[in-house]
Amino acid sequence: MSRRLTYREAVREALREALSGDARVFLMGEDVGRYGGTYAVSKGLLAEFGPERVRDTPLSELGFTAAGIGAALGGMRPIVEIMTVNFSLLALDPIVNTAAMLRHMSGGQFSVPIVIRMATGAGRQVAAQHSNSFEGWYAHVPGLRVLSPATVEDARGMLAPALADPDPVLIFEHAQLYNREEETADVVQVDITHAAVRREGKDVSLITHGGSLPKALLAAEELAAQGISAEVLDLRVLRPLDDATIMASVRKCRRAVVIDEAWRSGSLAAEVMARIMEQAFFELDAPLARVCSEEVPIPYARHLEEAALPQVEKIVTTVRQMLGKET
Amino acid sequence: MIDFKLPSLGADMDQGKLLQWHVKPGDSVKRGQVIAVVDTSKAAVDVECWDDGTVHQLVVQPGETVPVGTVLATLLAPGEAAPAAAQAPAAQGTTGPAPAGPTTAGPATIAAVAAATRPPVSPSARKRAQELGLAVEALQGTGAQGAVTLADVEAAAAQGAVAATPADRAQAMRRAIAAAMSRSKREIPHYYLSESIPMAHALAWLQQRNEGQAITERILPAVLQLKAVALALQRVPQLNGFYRQDQFDMSGAVHAGVAIALRGGGLVAPALHDVQAKPLAQLMRELADLVQRARAGSLRSSEMSDPTITVTNLGDQGAESVFGVIYPPQVALVGFGTVAPRPWVVDGEVRALPLLTASLAADHRVTDGHQGALFLAALRELLQTPEQLETT
Repeated sequence: MSRRLTYREAVREALREALSGDARVFLMGEDVGRYGGTYAVSKGLLAEFGPERVRDTPLSELGFTAAGIGAALGGMRPIVEIMTVNFSLLALDPIVNTAAMLRHMSGGQFSVPIVIRMATGAGRQVAAQHSNSFEGWYAHVPGLRVLSPATVEDARGMLAPALADPDPVLIFEHAQLYNREEETADVVQVDITHAAVRREGKDVSLITHGGSLPKALLAAEELAAQGISAEVLDLRVLRPLDDATIMASVRKCRRAVVIDEAWRSGSLAAEVMARIMEQAFFELDAPLARVCSEEVPIPYARHLEEAALPQVEKIVTTVRQMLGKET
Repeated sequence: MIDFKLPSLGADMDQGKLLQWHVKPGDSVKRGQVIAVVDTSKAAVDVECWDDGTVHQLVVQPGETVPVGTVLATLLAPGEAAPAAAQAPAAQGTTGPAPAGPTTAGPATIAAVAAATRPPVSPSARKRAQELGLAVEALQGTGAQGAVTLADVEAAAAQGAVAATPADRAQAMRRAIAAAMSRSKREIPHYYLSESIPMAHALAWLQQRNEGQAITERILPAVLQLKAVALALQRVPQLNGFYRQDQFDMSGAVHAGVAIALRGGGLVAPALHDVQAKPLAQLMRELADLVQRARAGSLRSSEMSDPTITVTNLGDQGAESVFGVIYPPQVALVGFGTVAPRPWVVDGEVRALPLLTASLAADHRVTDGHQGALFLAALRELLQTPEQLETT
């Protein structure tokens, strides 16, 4: 059986299920309690589970993220919500230097079973300091598992295996996705290791994740009308990358465009392309290409913001150029 | 201005297809440098340049098939200035009487500019073309920036336009061998001689010499035979050279054409140069390299056109003796069979000794049986004193 569900409702259901099923689980973050969450994800959970399990915190990402790590070390299963990835920079030290490395530094004696959720991405006219996509930065760090749920199903299903992971897991929820509604199975079971082909194709592989997935799917639709068969690959897991699924798609299509809302220099998109060059060079039939954000702070003005971000039209144009077609 | 023409890379070649240029206009070239790759019906051959100079214009483009003697490119001699003012009319001059090339070929100057940069070919297209035996540089690309894509290669293969499937190639080689051998038997009055040569001493000496050497340093009996042939030819030079326009041109150096069977069928006999002057170790290295390159299809033009005599060795296959057909315009072919123990009379007693049957097929227009017999006697004598073959 299936039903219509929004991404926001899916995350809330996953949180409710986690809080109900395991007494060690609690949710902590700015405005997650009384206000119901900045993106209204945790609305109603305070009333349902009480202030011990749904905790409002002071405005200190460094403080409450580190407190969550301490709780995880003490045997709890904390879910820390950082309002957006922009503010997570204040908590980089506990995330990178403590959560990611403590297993190594303690010779395997301590693990940090924390889940940190945060919103990411641009497109809502909230200006440069609230529009970053830094999930690729976290994907650089060994010791972290980095998830990017792009579908309602993944939003519903990724939290449980993330909590079951004995090591820190970061979940990036693109803010543009919360209102998306999709047909979703009643019982969702997903893994947090594999990439997924969201649309089959044979001429070009559009490799993307998170907030760019809907754009890639629309581009594939438009390309199909022009006689070009595009496959859409959703990375889902940004660290560790699922090389096998990426290469299988590239070997099949022989062309690939990487679509990512982050800037291109030193990015996750660059890493994906480098791996393709290392592992599938001789299969390629055209130079790789990518559609990323322009290398500027994301502008406030609507038309400038739209121009700075990956868009369906840019993806279509890039694919047509790659295939040597008129654009 | 120097004309670089398509050379004849063997008696059986009357045309060739340019596969690739290794140079572009403005490059300086040296005598002996490989500057182009040409497909004869037998193999893709690296063609060397005969002069020092600077490339002025590439006249023939990859993919074109032209007769032997066609000007492929023009070179400026060292110090010669490019005829700047005359360039436009000169270009018209060359396009006017251009031989039956493809009608799509533009003015030579434009083509030359296009050829100056390497055409883009996608990795998968290059790989597939290699599998199909297609000359990928000759294809018209339809991908981004005019790149040759996998689809272009598949389309060309489907049309068979650029041809050369393995089956076609084998057939073409068979035809080439048929033409050369028919001409040989039609024109050359062959005579044949043979001689049994005791090999006990030579083999013992070789075994001793190879003892303790790395496998790659060991000398094969075939190398000893090649060296003996070269030194015997110093004594009977009438067997070494070319018969052309009703007269014999004797060659001082012995460039032994070594018959090499190819894996896909057919054979080539490229030259091992100056065999008479090289020590055994060097000959061994060069022979190994030559066999490898012949099978990989990367021989040089001088190796294809130079052989002054052919040596064929069918000993490996167990043939006791071989009476070969001379490869024109050469005038002799030396054949070696297998080395095996056979009865031999020594001091009035029959003994089992390793024997080698050497044979000579020679052109009666140039030599008589007497000279042929002297050659085989010299060959036998040289193989009894293998230590003399080591360095001289």
